Amino acid sequence: MSDEKGATQQYVSFSLGEELFAVEVTRAREILSLVPVTPVPQTPDYLLGVINLRGQVVPVVDMRRKLGLPVGEQTRDTCIIIMEVLVDGEVLVVGALADAVREVLDLADDQIEPPPRLGSRLKTEYIQGMGKVDELFLILLDIDRVFSTEDLQFVQDAAEETEPAHE
Amino acid sequence: MSHSVTETFREESLELFSELETALLALEEQPDNEALVDQAFRALHTLKGSSGLVGFEDVAAFCHEAEAVFELARSGQRRVDKELVSLSLSALDHLKEMLSACFEGAVAETEQTERLVAAFRAFLPDEETPDASTAPLGGDELNREGTIYRIRFRPGPQIFRRGVRPQLLLQELAHLGEAILVAQMDAVPALDELDPEECWVYWDIILTTRADENEIRDVFIFVEDDCELTIQVIDDTGLLDDAEDYKLLGEILVEKGDLPQDALEQFLSDKKKLGETLVEAGVVNLDKVEAALVEQRRVQQLRRQRHVAKVTESIRVKSERLDKLVNLVGEMVTVQARLSQLSSARSDGELMAVTEEVERMVWDLRDLVLTIRMVPVGGMFSSFKRLVRDLGADLGKDVMLVTEGGETELDKTLVDRLNDPMVHLIRNAIDHGIETSAEREASGKSSKGILTLSAAHVGANVVLVVEDDGAGLDVARIREAAVQKGLLSATAEPTDREISALLFEPGLSTANIVSNVSGRGVGMDVVRQSIDALRGSIEIESTPGQGTRFIIKLPLTLAIIDGLLVNIGSDQFILPLSAIEECVELTAKEKALAHGRNLIRVRGETIPYVRLRNEFALSGEAPEIEQVVIAHLDRGRVGFVVDHVVGEHQTVIKNLGRMYQDIAGVSGATILGDGRVALIIDLTQLADVAEKTEAKHCH
Repeated sequence: MSDEKGATQQYVSFSLGEELFAVEVTRAREILSLVPVTPVPQTPDYLLGVINLRGQVVPVVDMRRKLGLPVGEQTRDTCIIIMEVLVDGEVLVVGALADAVREVLDLADDQIEPPPRLGSRLKTEYIQGMGKVDELFLILLDIDRVFSTEDLQFVQDAAEETEPAHE
Repeated sequence: MSHSVTETFREESLELFSELETALLALEEQPDNEALVDQAFRALHTLKGSSGLVGFEDVAAFCHEAEAVFELARSGQRRVDKELVSLSLSALDHLKEMLSACFEGAVAETEQTERLVAAFRAFLPDEETPDASTAPLGGDELNREGTIYRIRFRPGPQIFRRGVRPQLLLQELAHLGEAILVAQMDAVPALDELDPEECWVYWDIILTTRADENEIRDVFIFVEDDCELTIQVIDDTGLLDDAEDYKLLGEILVEKGDLPQDALEQFLSDKKKLGETLVEAGVVNLDKVEAALVEQRRVQQLRRQRHVAKVTESIRVKSERLDKLVNLVGEMVTVQARLSQLSSARSDGELMAVTEEVERMVWDLRDLVLTIRMVPVGGMFSSFKRLVRDLGADLGKDVMLVTEGGETELDKTLVDRLNDPMVHLIRNAIDHGIETSAEREASGKSSKGILTLSAAHVGANVVLVVEDDGAGLDVARIREAAVQKGLLSATAEPTDREISALLFEPGLSTANIVSNVSGRGVGMDVVRQSIDALRGSIEIESTPGQGTRFIIKLPLTLAIIDGLLVNIGSDQFILPLSAIEECVELTAKEKALAHGRNLIRVRGETIPYVRLRNEFALSGEAPEIEQVVIAHLDRGRVGFVVDHVVGEHQTVIKNLGRMYQDIAGVSGATILGDGRVALIIDLTQLADVAEKTEAKHCH
């Protein structure tokens, strides 16, 4: 427990390339090692496909591609974080492909700064804030936003593109 | 008020409403049908009782007014006429409003209530203005002869917490006839262990009534899950014991005076069968024992039959529980497929035998579970009677609804989701299809328009038809509109059928066209979308001057299908087996013969094919000999080229979820025996997509 003002939140951190990211621990349901993913045709490349999670078909998103980072190699540490995200009031179960999972840590409110306006190579719209632990910076993701409707809509756009216009 | 009792009542009331509506509408046609009067009366009566039970007193009082009039009709003192039916239908609508207001916790407006009550009272003889309160205990049916029932009502300890008051139930029971109540206290715990919020008292009731067992059971319908309820017919009123069997042989003999009590007691210690012993001892003769035994057997047999009959009655189950069951069985089918795969790899005879047995049982279980979800479409059909009646009245058209094949069963989910498109089709048929009586007579038809709803099983599908005998589609006008909208080139020479199909295109579904065209089209594309979403198809057939038919073809169920597992490279796909006719080989030689066109000749017929590898942009080289899976689609025979055909697969359909909505050519996913996910192909969609891409390349 912390004596500092403001409550603390638990976050689970993971790495994508050089960067460290984190999401609220309550959103992460479990962590799987990499399993074969069945690709679904005619979808954007950040949607890797679907996996079988104990009988449930769960989509997997490549977080590097989704966040506009360079595509990486899959290693022994590559894992899928099963998350619950809220889209349009509906809870979706989604797998997020990450390079490695690091740790669960406590962050107090005063350890979190607002997202930088400049100087980030990342799409800032997905960032909830920046966490500071010792000398390290953590990028706290707004995962509902990451999987937000507009982007899901993009899937449909892609599907429509394959249909010729009525002419 | 406890949530669950109210919730049960809410569900129950919907059924009662539809029962009442069905009865009323049928009464309009056959006003002298006593069974229908009875049905309406019973529905009102149950509504009254149940709404009183959950504390909706004003609803109960309102039902009572309507019930009083039907009571008169039931006893033959009043005829049912159109006026009464119309009034009752308005009352029904008002009841629905009142109840939904009650469920929301709001107060319904009383003006309409008073108006309707006054209208109902006008039907009653003057001297007998009824009192809204219920009759006193041990009601008016006392003098009628009836059956004697032995009822044991043992509420669960938690009953008070659910807001149920046993007293009200017992009062309602007493209304059915003459009731003798004996409260049983033996289960009440000692004072220091007693929780005053729990109910430990139970009741034995001897009820003399003309009501049948079902009516008695109805009294307890809201607490059914929460109590032990035994209802037995008895022939002597004095007995209040637990014994399921009829009286013992000795008792019968003593009762009949064939055997003195002390003689019986003397022989009871004997181990031999009592009858034998008695005869041996010469106390009674063989015939008397025989007669007593016959009586004993007969009553026992009757009871057993009644018990069996009780078991075959239906029970109410929440549909979400069924969904869970279906899901579980679905997973079991998946695991079983895995087991089969493992055991066939092992060539262990014993394991194989067990696996096969499990396989058989899982399939039986699957079939059984799927039938549980099936409901007859007749329920949906009769719910449209009111719609047809009201629409006809609104539009000044005389329309008769004819239904056929109402007993055809369909998955509950499908039935629920069919409602909107069906309503749409019916509205269209009455609005645009069927002409006014004057127009009909002018064209030599009977003045009454006929709307037919029918359902039938055809193979693995259910076919629903909505048919009217109206003017038919105005093909020329549709064509004109389609050309205007750019859906059709002005020089094209489509068949009438192709033109009709254009009605399902979004562009044509605007009101301004339809208002001029005697056909239809408002939101027809939405209808097709809903049917597509159910993996079904819809077609129009129309004959000018004679009418229009909408033919909806649907799969029996949404949960599990028979699939064909195929390979392309390392990827696996499922093709729905229902449409598949055969598999043929596609050799390099044949490909060369077709000069690069995607056509194959099968026994003289030329069939176009779609290469899944190209369509889905899959990597890897195709094998020397590929397989063509030939399917019979609405557009005709189409081949689908895959690398290998693995075999049949029990496919449990899983939704791909929100992130993968509307992917052309993919209808869902399933989990294979090895735990991997395979996509299920929508053959019709894939063929459409392939056609469009091809058309694009040609331009």
